[in-house]
This record gives sequence, structure tokens and C-alpha cells, in this order.
Amino acid sequence: MPELASDSVGVVAPQTAHFDDPLALACGKTLPSYTLVYETYGTLNAEGTNAVLICHALSGHHHAAGRHHEDDRKPGWWDAHIGPGKSIDTNRFFVVSLNNLGGCHGSTGPLSINPDTGRLWGPDFPMMTVSDWVHSQARLADRLGIERFAAVVGGSLGGMQVMQWALDYPERIAHAAVIAATPRLSAQNIAFNEVARQAIRSDPDFHDGWYGEHDTLPRRGLKLARMVGHITYLSEAAMGSKFGRDLRQDLGYGYDVEFQVESYLRHQGDTFSESFDANTYLLMTKALDYFDPAAPHGGDLAAALAPAKCPFLVVSFSTDWRFPPWRSRELVDALVRADKPVSYANIDSPHGHDAFLLPEPRYQAVFAGFMARVARDQQLEGS
Amino acid sequence: MRADLKLIHGWVPEGARVLDLGCGDGTLLDALSRDKQVKGYGLEIDPDGLTACVARGVNVIEQNLDEGLANFDDNAYDLVIMTQALQALRRPDLMLDEMLRVAGECIITFPNFAYWRHRLYLGFKGYMPVSKSLPHAWYDTPNIHLSTFNDFERLCRDKGLTITDQAVGNGEHEAHWSSRLWPNLFGETAIFRVSRAGDA
Repeated sequence: MPELASDSVGVVAPQTAHFDDPLALACGKTLPSYTLVYETYGTLNAEGTNAVLICHALSGHHHAAGRHHEDDRKPGWWDAHIGPGKSIDTNRFFVVSLNNLGGCHGSTGPLSINPDTGRLWGPDFPMMTVSDWVHSQARLADRLGIERFAAVVGGSLGGMQVMQWALDYPERIAHAAVIAATPRLSAQNIAFNEVARQAIRSDPDFHDGWYGEHDTLPRRGLKLARMVGHITYLSEAAMGSKFGRDLRQDLGYGYDVEFQVESYLRHQGDTFSESFDANTYLLMTKALDYFDPAAPHGGDLAAALAPAKCPFLVVSFSTDWRFPPWRSRELVDALVRADKPVSYANIDSPHGHDAFLLPEPRYQAVFAGFMARVARDQQLEGS
Repeated sequence: MRADLKLIHGWVPEGARVLDLGCGDGTLLDALSRDKQVKGYGLEIDPDGLTACVARGVNVIEQNLDEGLANFDDNAYDLVIMTQALQALRRPDLMLDEMLRVAGECIITFPNFAYWRHRLYLGFKGYMPVSKSLPHAWYDTPNIHLSTFNDFERLCRDKGLTITDQAVGNGEHEAHWSSRLWPNLFGETAIFRVSRAGDA
């Protein structure tokens, strides 16, 4: 049995919280009741001042750190940054990480039963927005006795939730870390999402989202969606150094897998299509598309940011072409115009958008420096 | 604190809104925010300096000064500070315009190339001066626009700007009687406080 590293949060178990008070959603519908699955790492202090909320990205979930059993092959998705002595130091902070509503890892979503019909929610599950998620997260905070988060932290779609927290609950967030995100998707971002959605929706096994009732899965569609998405997560350089033009076998002059990169993408797509729910993927991409806090202010992001009170850390990565550095700069410049405290670092990394998930010395130094400041501002012990 | 920073610290008014271009590890902004309730941002591209700013809670933005200050609005600040960075810029003259666009006043420090030790070095040895304030070799120096106390004074005059204060420092950045008499000769570091014409 492999020893768990000393900087791991160790073996963790998901918990659930059920809510019976209806949640009004941006789309006009209401979720009558719902369940959130979440994990926590570290210990909440008596004053409740050391809680950090982790917001997950498109295909993320509540399992951000540690392992579910001792010989678990892979740790949580942000294990590089959460643990004793890591950027989000669990010796200091109480970390909360949940699966968002509409997800497919245990929180109420398309795979849950619709109490009104007794059948799966499936495609009937209401469209979610970033703001809806933030409201549900605030209720989880209430349940856990957290009045105000020391920090809310997230990458990509998770970073959008952090921005929304600062706008919707300015009194309940002491610091914000927005990593590899953007204040709104570009036309190109939406275009890629639409290709992914069309891949899923045009799969004959999709059955308008009722594949569960047809005992099948839209594997081909979800696989294609993931393959397209995956290309946007990596940089050209990262793909080049990982695969180049390497061949898997001699050229066969046919359509079987010939290049390593084809093999890799197909494998990624296959794995994902078995483990992720297509309806969840669809609604998560829509939540991305809809996010635009500046829209109600005529596109003026600085005006939209007026309610924010907390200091921000904004981080981008040099080769991220999904949400490139200048998209983070839009947020930074708007925060400056709105006279808000903000620090910004653009990290040199070859890994494209995925860089936010990976350890990189400069990224870790900036992130850890920010979290040390959070600890000091919160007057946590040992800071 | 470095002596030129100490001098600047004394010049900054209470509660001013400040930009610090090339803010390093944030020492000056940190002190100004604690001692004088100054608000503002530092700009820096050095990774270690930037990390130090983030850790001490100084607002810092990773931004290359050669790209200008387009993200800062006209007159959005009271004061722009730039210490020991002017000589490393591609167009110091344009930066001066930019600084006095976003604020009515700026404070600038740079190594004075006409310092007597530099003159001796060049005059007698025949090599580009290498000193405590100019520690690099000519081929790898970031200091691509070296100038003198007099040069900068002339640039301000040509631009119609008002010099409201000027000082020099020696190696230890302490004022000395000789540098007050012949700043261009005896000042190792030039320190200028400049405002737009008519603003003085």
C-alpha cells in the first residue's frame, strides 16, 4: 500500500448537505430542494475566520485534494495546491470544495430524480448560471457555520464564480483569487462551446437528452466535445513537445490512429464519455456562455464591479489561448478603474489553460504569497 | 529603506493616490500606505519583486512600462513615482508624458551619468563606467538610456514642465554640500519632482 505524502490532506470522504428551502434561479425556474456534495480539508477555527471556498471548473467536482482511499490512483484535481504546507495550507485554512448544482458527481443535477415527475431530471434540469451556483454555495456556507470566507478561490469557470461572489456577497468574502478566467467569454469561446454542444446533441444516442431512459449514452458526441475542448486546454507548444508528429505505428494510409496526438485525444474523449454526464456538460458550457457581469451595466465592467470590497489576486498564464492573459487584464483594468485593490501576475508556462491545475514554481510562489497575506489579514495563528 | 525612497516618502502628501512604476518589492508603497494612508498600485515585471508585493499586501500589477499606461485614466492619480527605471525604458520622454497624463505630478529618480566617478572612469580608463549605481556591463545592461542631471533638466524645460524639487544623492544617497553646489558632477542619483506646466 503506498504511503500518502506528508503534504497530502490524506484520505478524505465526501459529505452531503440537503436543502429543503427552494432556490430561485436566474432562468426563472425554482429548484424546490437539492443536495450538495462537498469535501472539507483542515479544521474550521472557533471564530470561523479561516474558511476557503474552492470553486470548480467545467468538468471539475468536489474532490479537489487528497485521496478517497489509500491506494487511490489519482488525488483530487487541485491536490498540487491544497494540503499541509501548500499554497492553500490546510494547517491554517479550512477548505470547502463542492460539486456545483447541475453537476454529475453527487450534487443535484440531470442525473437526479425530479420530485415532480419521479423520473430523471435529464434535459429538464433547469439551466444554471454562475450566480445560481454562488447562491447555493452561500447556503452551504450557512450550513457549515461560515459567515465570511477568508478567501474564495477558483480557476477558469471557477474564477467566474469567485468574481460573482465578490459582487453578490461582498460582505461574505474577504479575499478573491481569480485564476485563468475571464469576465466574459469571447465569440470564439462561445463558438467552441457550440461545437461541443452540437457534437453531443447530434449524436443519435442523445435522444434529446433522455438517453438515460433509452439505456444508452451519447458517447460519440461527448467524446467529440471533450476532444475539441481538450485542444483548447493545451497550448500548441505543449502538444508539440508532448506528441510532436510522433507516430503510433507506421503510416497505414487510412483513418486508423496513426499520430500519437490522435491516440491521446481519442483516449481522453473515450474516458470522459464514460465518466461525465452529457446533460451536465451542456448546461456547464451554457453557464460559461451566459456569464457576463458587465452586461447589465451596458458592458461597463468597472461599473459592474462597484459592489466588490475584497482584495483580488488575478493570475493568467502566458500560453493560455482559451482565456489568454489579456482577458485577465480586462478584469484587472476594470478593477483598477473601479478603484479596487488588486494584484495581477502573468505566469510564464508552456501548459496553456491547463497550467492553472499544475504546480509551477512562480505560480506557487505568488499563490502562496497571497494566501499568506490572507492568513495575516485574518489574523490566523502562525501567520 | 533606500535613501532615495526615504526622501520620496517625505515628499508624498497624506492620503495621495499614487502609482509606483517599477515598484520592486513594494517597500515604498507599503510604508506610504501605513504611514500616510496612501492608496494606489505598483507596476512591476520582476517575478521576485512582484511576489514580495503580493505577500505583503501591496497592490501590484505585472505590466511592462514600455507598453505605456493606457489602462490608467487621465488624472486618475495625484502622483506617479518612478525610481531607477527611467534609464531602462525604450522612450523615457514618452513615459514622462504618460506619467503627467495620469497625474499632475511625478517623482523620478535615475543614475546620473555625469557623476564625477563615471566621468573619471570613462575619461581615464576609456571604458563604459561600471559602478554601484551602474553595475552592468555595456552589453547586458538594462540601462539603455543613460542621461545626466542636466539632460533631464533640459528635457523638462523643452517639454515646458515645472521642476518643483530636485535633489541628488551620493553612493549612500545622502545629500552632501558639494552635490548641492554641483549636482551634475557630485550627484550619483538624480531625484526630480516634476509637474505639468501651470500645475505648480
